[in-house]
Amino acid sequence: MTGEEHRGAAAERGPSGGPSVPALEVAGIQKWFGSVHANDDVSVAVAPGTIHGIIGENGAGKSTLMSIVYGYYQADGGEIRVGGEAVTIKGPEDAIGHGIGMVHQHFMLVDTFTVLENVVLGVEKGYLLRSTLAEARRELERLEREYGLDVDPDAIVGSLPVGLQQRVEILKALYRGADILILDEPTGVLTPQEVDDLFRILRALRDQGRTIVLITHKLREIMALTDRVTVMRAGRVVDHVATAETDRAELAAMMVGRSVLLRVDKDEAAPGAALLQVDNLAVRDRGGVLRVHDVSFAVHAGEIVGIAGVAGNGQSELLEALAGTLGRERGSIAIGGAPAPAGGRAEAARTMRRRGLGHVPEDRQRMGLVTAFDASESGILGYHREQRYNPRMLMSRGAVTDAVGSTMEDFDVRPPLPHLRTANFSGGNQQKIVVGREMGRSPDVLLVGQPTRGVDIGAIEFIHRKLVAMRDAGKAILLVSVELDEIMSLSDRILVMFDGAIVGEVAQADADERTLGLMMAGERADGAGAAGA
Amino acid sequence: MKGFGGPTQAPGWVTHGLVPLINLGLALLIAGIIIAAIGENPFEALRLLVLGAVGYPEAIGYTLYYTTNFVFTGLAVAIAFHCGLFNIGGEGQAYLGGLGAGLIGLYLGHWPAFVAIPLAIACAMAFGAFWAFIPGWLQAKRGSHIVITTIMFNFLAAALMTYLLVEIFIKPGQQAAESRTFETGVWLPFVHDVFAAFGANIGRSSLNLSIVVAAACLVAFWFFVWRTRWGYEIRAVGHNESAAVYGGISPARSIMLAMAISGGLAGLVGVNEIIGVHHRLLLEFTAGYGFVGIAVALMGRNHPVGIVLAALLFGVLYQGGSELAFDMPNVTRDMVVVLQGLVILFSGALEHMFRGRIERLFARRARAVAA
Repeated sequence: MTGEEHRGAAAERGPSGGPSVPALEVAGIQKWFGSVHANDDVSVAVAPGTIHGIIGENGAGKSTLMSIVYGYYQADGGEIRVGGEAVTIKGPEDAIGHGIGMVHQHFMLVDTFTVLENVVLGVEKGYLLRSTLAEARRELERLEREYGLDVDPDAIVGSLPVGLQQRVEILKALYRGADILILDEPTGVLTPQEVDDLFRILRALRDQGRTIVLITHKLREIMALTDRVTVMRAGRVVDHVATAETDRAELAAMMVGRSVLLRVDKDEAAPGAALLQVDNLAVRDRGGVLRVHDVSFAVHAGEIVGIAGVAGNGQSELLEALAGTLGRERGSIAIGGAPAPAGGRAEAARTMRRRGLGHVPEDRQRMGLVTAFDASESGILGYHREQRYNPRMLMSRGAVTDAVGSTMEDFDVRPPLPHLRTANFSGGNQQKIVVGREMGRSPDVLLVGQPTRGVDIGAIEFIHRKLVAMRDAGKAILLVSVELDEIMSLSDRILVMFDGAIVGEVAQADADERTLGLMMAGERADGAGAAGA
Repeated sequence: MKGFGGPTQAPGWVTHGLVPLINLGLALLIAGIIIAAIGENPFEALRLLVLGAVGYPEAIGYTLYYTTNFVFTGLAVAIAFHCGLFNIGGEGQAYLGGLGAGLIGLYLGHWPAFVAIPLAIACAMAFGAFWAFIPGWLQAKRGSHIVITTIMFNFLAAALMTYLLVEIFIKPGQQAAESRTFETGVWLPFVHDVFAAFGANIGRSSLNLSIVVAAACLVAFWFFVWRTRWGYEIRAVGHNESAAVYGGISPARSIMLAMAISGGLAGLVGVNEIIGVHHRLLLEFTAGYGFVGIAVALMGRNHPVGIVLAALLFGVLYQGGSELAFDMPNVTRDMVVVLQGLVILFSGALEHMFRGRIERLFARRARAVAA
C-alpha cells in the first residue's frame, strides 16, 4: 500500500503532536446550484488520525461539500488540499488516487455479487479474476483482523443485513487504499446494535491513524464519536469546535441559529373513544412473507400511540395495511367503529381516506409525493378527486393552487411556491408538504410513519408541535418511528414491535431508553437486567 | 412548460429550443457528409429538400398532410409515455383505425356526410382504441410487457388486414387487394376543395380536413393531460406507481385508459388516409407513421407544442425527401430514409448526448448574470 508510510507518520504526529499538516483541508469552497448558494466560502481542516464531524440541518451544504471533495461536483471556487498539497479532483477516481474513500448513504454494491467480488469491482488487475481475488482475500483478512471488520468474503451481498453491507462499503474504500474515509449519514439505516459496531470500527480505524470525516445531522453521533466538529448552516461554516468542549444544546443552537426544544411540551392526554380499532391483524408483504402476526390494539381520540421497534420488524407493513395500500391476511380494522373493507390496494386506500384516515407514509419520495409534479399537484395527491378541485370536467387549477398555497403557508413550507417542482424542495420541506396535506383535512385518525426522517431540527420541532395540537383537538394518532427519542417524547403510550408482534406496552411516564431497547431486542419487559444498552 | 424532462436550471428556450436545434443540426451535418461522399452537393440537396417541402403551394399541402399523421401518432406515443408506457404499436392501431373508418365508408357511405363522417372518425378511434386496449389490459392485469404485446399486435393487425382485404373486401374482378371506392358522402373534404368553395385557389394536395381533427387533438391532449383528474392520475402512475396507489389511484385503470386513448389517437391516421385520401380500404397505408410517432413524441418532449413542431419537421423530411429523391438521381429513396433515420438518432436516441453539457453551460451563465 502506497499510503503506508505517511499514514504511520500522521499517526505519530497525532492530534496532540502540535500543529500538524491537516490530512484533508478545504479552503474557501464556493458552490452554486442555479441561484442556490450551496457552499459559501467553506473552509475546514481535518487533522490526521482524528474523527471529524460535519453537522448541519438538511440543506446546510455538508453533503455538497463532501461531494466536491469526492469529485462528484466541481467547486466554483476554493481549493482542496490533501496532506498539505493542493489537488484537483475531477472525479471519484482522482479522489481515490489521493487516498480519499467514501461510504455513501445509499450503498453502491452489486447485490448478486459476493463480498469479495464487490470489493475488487473496478480495481481488478489483469484479465483473469482468480489472482486478483486471491490477493484481495488476503488483504481482506488482514483488514478484518486489524479493524474487527468481520464479514464473510464469500457471502452474497444481497443476503447480508444492512450493517454488514455497510462494512463491505468500508472494506471497499480501505482496499482502494483510503487514508481518509468520508461517511455520509452512515447510521440512517442501522439498528442501534449495528450503530455501536460501526462506531467501534471507526474508532479502531482512527486509532490506526486513518482520518475519518462523518457527515450527520444527529447530535448524539457527533457527541459519541468525533474529536472535532464543524457546524454548517445555510451553506456556511458556523464554527469549528472540539467535541469535548461543547454539548448537544450548544451544537443544536448553532445548527439552527437559535435554541430549540429537544423535548416536546405537552399536557396529559385525555383519551376518549377508540377511533382506530385493530383486531388480530396479520399482514404479508409484497413478497408474500408474513410480517405482522395477529396484532391487536386501539388508538383513542386525543392520544398519540407510538410504535417503537427496530426497522424491519413489521411496522412498515402494519402501517401500510392500516392505510389500505397493502392487503391483509386476516383480522379486522375499524375506523370510528365502521369496519374497513379488506383487499384491493388503491381502492382500499381511497376508502380509508374517505372514512377519515390520514396517512403520512414512511417514505415520502417513494410513496408520499410525485417528485416530478408541481408542489400544488403533489399537495392534492389522494384528494385530487374532490369536488372542489373538479368543479366541472376540468380540474380547477386556481382552486388547487389556492388550497395548496394556503396549506404551504400554514405549514411553513419554504419557499411557499405551489408551482415549484416537488423535487426542488429540500427533504424537510417535502415532508411538510405531505404532513400539511394529510393533516390539513383534520382526519379523525392519522397514521404517521417516520415523520422526521431526514428532516432538519427546525422542521422536526414544527411537525411535533402540529402532531400534539392535533391530539389535543381530539384526534387519534398512530406514530411509527425508528427514532426512539421521537417515540418517547411524543407518545402517550408506546407499543413495542418485535418480529411482527407487539411484545409490550409502556406508558410514556414509564418509558426509558433501556427498557424499550431491551423490548425492541425481543426481550419481554420483565427480562430487564440482562445485557446493557 | 412544466411536466416533463428532468429538473434543470437552464432557461426554457435552451432546453426546449436550442438543444433540439443542435441535435437537428448535427443530423443534417452527418447527412451532408454522406451526400458529399456520394458525389452530390449537400447544400444543393438541402435546398432541394426545403424547396420540395415548402417551396410551392402543393408541396406545403403535402407537408401538412404528412404532419397530420405525425401529430396523431406522436400524441399517441406521448399519452402512453405519460403513463410510463412505451406504446410501439401505433402502426397496428393506425391500421385498425383505417379498418374502422373503412367499414363506415363501405357500408354507411350513402348516409349524409354530417352523420357518416363523424361516425367514421368515431369508429376509427374506437377500433384503434380497442387494438391498444388489449395490450393495456394484458399489461395491467397480467403483467405482459407492453412493448412485446404492442409490437406483436402490429403483426396481428397486418395479418388481419391482409386476410380481410384479400378474402372479403376486395372489389370483385380485380387483382389489387383493395376495396371498392366509397360513396363521396363519406369523403373528408380536401383542403383545396374547401378553399375553392370560398373562391380561393390553392394547390391540390392530399391535405384534407383531418388536419382540423389533429389541431383539435393537440388542444384536447393538453387539457386532458394537465387539466383533468384522469390526466393527473395517468401522470401520477407514470411517474411513481407507489405514490399513485397511496393516493388511491388504480394503476391498472390508468394504464388501460392511457392505452385506449393512445390507440384512439393512432387510429385517426386511418381517418386521414382512408376517408381523407384514398377513399377505399387498401394494404399498408400506414407506411411507418406509427414508428415515426415515437421519434416525434421523443423530440417533442411529450408536449403538444413540441409534438406539433416535431411533426412539422418530419412532414418536411417526408415531403422534401421524396422531391429530393426525384430531383437528384444519386440520392435514392433509401438515402432519404437514412436522413430521416439520422434525425431520429440524434433527436431521440442521442437526446442526452449534449443536453447536460449545454444546460449546465447556460445554468452557469444565468447565475453569473444574476450575481
